[in-house]
Amino acid sequence: MAAPASGGAFEGIASENEQMWGFTRPQLIALGLMLVGIVIAPSVLYPIFLMKVLCFALFACAFNLLIGYVGLLSFGHAAYFGMGGYLAGYAAKSWGLTPEACIIVGGLAGMVLGWVIGSLAIRRQGIYFAMITLAMAQMVYFFCVQAPFTGGEDGIQAIPRGNLFGVIDLRSDMTMYWLVAAVFVIGFLFIHRVINSPFGQVMTAIRENEPRATSLGYRTDDYKLMAFVISAALSGVAGATKSLVFGIATLTDVFWTMSGEVVLMSLVGGLGTLFGPVAGAAIIVSMQNYLAEFGAWVTVIQGVIFVLCVLAFRRGVVGEIGRILKVRL
Amino acid sequence: MLTERRTLLTGAAALAAMPARAQANTLRIGVMTDMSGTYRDPTGPGSVACTEQAVAEFQGRGLTVEVLRADHQNRPDVGSNIARQWFDQGVDAIVDVPTSSVALAINQIAREKNKVFLNSGAATSDLTGPACSPNTVHWTYDTYMLAKSTGGALTRAGGDSWFFITADYAFGHALQRDTAAFVEAAGGRVAGAVRYPFPATTDFSSFMVQAQASRAKVLGLANAGTDTLNTIKQAREFGLTSRMKIAGLLLSMAEVHALGLETAQGLVLTEPFYWNANDRTRAFTTRVRPRMPNGWPPMQIQAGCYAVTTHYLKAVADMGLAAAKASGTEAVARMKAMPTDDDAFGVGRIRADGRKIHPTYLWEVKTPRESTGPWDYYKLAATTPAEEAFRPQAEGGCALVRS
Amino acid sequence: MDEIFGIPAPLLFGQLLLGLINGAFYALLSLGLAVIFGMLNVINFSHGAQFMLGAFVAWMLLEWLGIGYWWALLLAPVIVGAFGILLERTMIARLYKLDHLYGLLLTFGLGLIIEGLARNEFGSSGLPYRIPPELTGAWDLGFMFMPVYRGWVVVVAVVMCLATWLVIEKTKIGSYLRAATENPALVQAFGVNVPRMMTLTYGAGVALAAFAGVLAAPIYSVNPQMGSNLIIIVFAVVVIGGMGSILGSVVTGFGLGIVEGLTKVWYPEASSTVIFVVMAIVLLARPAGLFGRS
Repeated sequence: MAAPASGGAFEGIASENEQMWGFTRPQLIALGLMLVGIVIAPSVLYPIFLMKVLCFALFACAFNLLIGYVGLLSFGHAAYFGMGGYLAGYAAKSWGLTPEACIIVGGLAGMVLGWVIGSLAIRRQGIYFAMITLAMAQMVYFFCVQAPFTGGEDGIQAIPRGNLFGVIDLRSDMTMYWLVAAVFVIGFLFIHRVINSPFGQVMTAIRENEPRATSLGYRTDDYKLMAFVISAALSGVAGATKSLVFGIATLTDVFWTMSGEVVLMSLVGGLGTLFGPVAGAAIIVSMQNYLAEFGAWVTVIQGVIFVLCVLAFRRGVVGEIGRILKVRL
Repeated sequence: MLTERRTLLTGAAALAAMPARAQANTLRIGVMTDMSGTYRDPTGPGSVACTEQAVAEFQGRGLTVEVLRADHQNRPDVGSNIARQWFDQGVDAIVDVPTSSVALAINQIAREKNKVFLNSGAATSDLTGPACSPNTVHWTYDTYMLAKSTGGALTRAGGDSWFFITADYAFGHALQRDTAAFVEAAGGRVAGAVRYPFPATTDFSSFMVQAQASRAKVLGLANAGTDTLNTIKQAREFGLTSRMKIAGLLLSMAEVHALGLETAQGLVLTEPFYWNANDRTRAFTTRVRPRMPNGWPPMQIQAGCYAVTTHYLKAVADMGLAAAKASGTEAVARMKAMPTDDDAFGVGRIRADGRKIHPTYLWEVKTPRESTGPWDYYKLAATTPAEEAFRPQAEGGCALVRS
Repeated sequence: MDEIFGIPAPLLFGQLLLGLINGAFYALLSLGLAVIFGMLNVINFSHGAQFMLGAFVAWMLLEWLGIGYWWALLLAPVIVGAFGILLERTMIARLYKLDHLYGLLLTFGLGLIIEGLARNEFGSSGLPYRIPPELTGAWDLGFMFMPVYRGWVVVVAVVMCLATWLVIEKTKIGSYLRAATENPALVQAFGVNVPRMMTLTYGAGVALAAFAGVLAAPIYSVNPQMGSNLIIIVFAVVVIGGMGSILGSVVTGFGLGIVEGLTKVWYPEASSTVIFVVMAIVLLARPAGLFGRS
């Protein structure tokens, strides 16, 4: 599904006009704008809000890697996000690890969980894949409700942000902001690198025509699993970062509504676009903030956006902008 | 002058923007509650209405008070995001906050920013135990008090053998453990218990069969919300209600209303506030009802929002607005120093650990025939005096208490 | 014969019977999903919301119009089914030419809207709905105490599932339906109105969900989130059974209900996860599902 297929499967990135580090010119401009935005934003907007946007942006990018470039719709990404958050929080609070180590722990948690669930789920495709990932994530949720280390419905509270590399105190929101920004940018560039690697091109080939990729001798299941594991690991990193920002890790992050939300973010932004998930995350997180007043209408509004996007707006915000400007973003 | 801003909308632009300059002569109270989720009915818009009622009744005492509201959607990250922004924009106190995970998070933030946290909606007794803070007052109820009243008072009233149906997670375990202790302390015994997977269980029929086989006199439900409703419905269906008393350990009038008297009759539950309890509660109900959503009478948590806000305003008026805004710790210390008195909970006091104490009541739900009108639901079964109702300070593990 | 594997026989039989009741709901819901999927190739994510809607419509009929359980059992599925037809005509039908996943996303969004609206209108704590007087009471089966209503649920669910199966396998309409699933263009060429058939199929699948909702109203709490928790389990049931055959989804539904019931005897803590564990095992051993064609 996702991005309109651009010709043959193996046409790939190479045929596009001039590029630098795998970015096309418009993408480079967009990247520049995004980086400038990240630097300027905290002087205008509330840093905690921005950190939340960045965490979800990374989460959505990780999710988009699967659906946009491999064509697999996972409906259980909350499991990796939430588990990353829990383990990072636990590591920070109970083992006293430094924040960078906690984020790595979160990434590893997502990776291992992603490997286990992924190797089951990739046995089926399409709709079944979505249902299996959802069901497995629900099982992870049940586990988190009961496991003692998660603190049940109270969650893990008062997680210390600690000192980065044991030196830099992160208690100030602005210092923390730069760390989150760095994690996001590294994650974002890493995803971009994966997409533009030979590995990424095989992934795209699988999305376009799996039997053909198989006939060319690629073990497509291995590629799919690899993509799944990368996506899950980055989701874990995003979750870990979020739990350090807020100092809490709770059940909402592993619940299925969170899985739905990340789907919504990518859909609103534009599936299969590089910047779409970032825009989508910014839109949805702002909505949650500004609509806090509207109470129950939040769910309804989210549903309406889902429906509108699917019916009329399948390219998403970034996809539409790209269409108008006739560029790939 | 009283400014009541009904919506946050006008301030929406400011919500994500950098700290707006707070007007130094205005006291700002933010009601953070569940407008969209499971706890909407017993908290939600009703909590906002009751807080506004408290502010309205305080009118003309020289304080300018602004009430804001927000929905935390039962999500700790959303809740702490709003709380931080509110505090940075000059909100002085946050009221209500149901859902323990969110309440504990806000408890932390209020302490960090030296503001005031007036909790009414959360059940966790940790707020005045290990997590206690000099900036927090916990008003209406907590799990310890529920367990003590329902377990102890009901056992003394003759319900001396219990069977528990327990949600299999930390909250359910704690509720069962605490209640069982009071049952045994009061001379009763626990005939059996079964744990069911939370939150995936909708069918409790198999546990009904086991409960029946135990021949206990009381069926204790150590669960909450929808689970409790399902258990009660199915207990009636299996005919348990004719042989056992059913005690909901975390049950409130919202659920009784949802079940209807036909199904709910005979249930036993604990609440410190019931609108039809006495002349003062009735007077309060008459005053606040026009503000309430659907014209419902206030429920315990909502009444708690009224009472805690009233007391906070008294303390602020007593110490002066500037001093109250400058230090949340000082404001809470003043609240602790003053005796409380309001129409919803009567006379009481706030302990050093932040726990508000008042008498608690064990209610039995009336039969449809006994009920004389809409919302006439309870008859009094037992009273636990204020000083005995809550966990003794020494046992809570609160660092604020000097032994 | 007092004990089987250390479990008192009465308890065991009791659980078997009760597992069958849960299975009845799984079967009805997964049947609706399978019918819709077979014809439309859409996995109906709003199935849980429509199940909930069935219960709510039953409540509204009673509360606002004084129409009781028996008529609700007929009317609620018709009303909710008509609503489903409206959804199919206005929205879902636009997606048939696209990837199936868009259907899933659309119905997920619809589910959120329905649930959110219900919560706005009726609050979150639920509504009372009573067992009809004809079905109150209980039988003493000797080994257990069996409420009449539970027995009724199992019987009705079995009858309903069989009826659906008969319609699809043994009638002319059913044969068109099966043919249209295989090759819609050909069936269209024979003069059968395939789009209308798809619409009606969706309506029927939704009506089945609503029917299950009415059945559930007297025993489960009628609240806006009653469907969303159930639907995930039903998805797992569907993955295990595979959606290739109608009978398969019914058998799997009842079977897993029993498995779950038995787990409640031996190890109740795992009874919520047992279906997911079974799903994992089936995926390892037989990826296409028990009754599926790969």
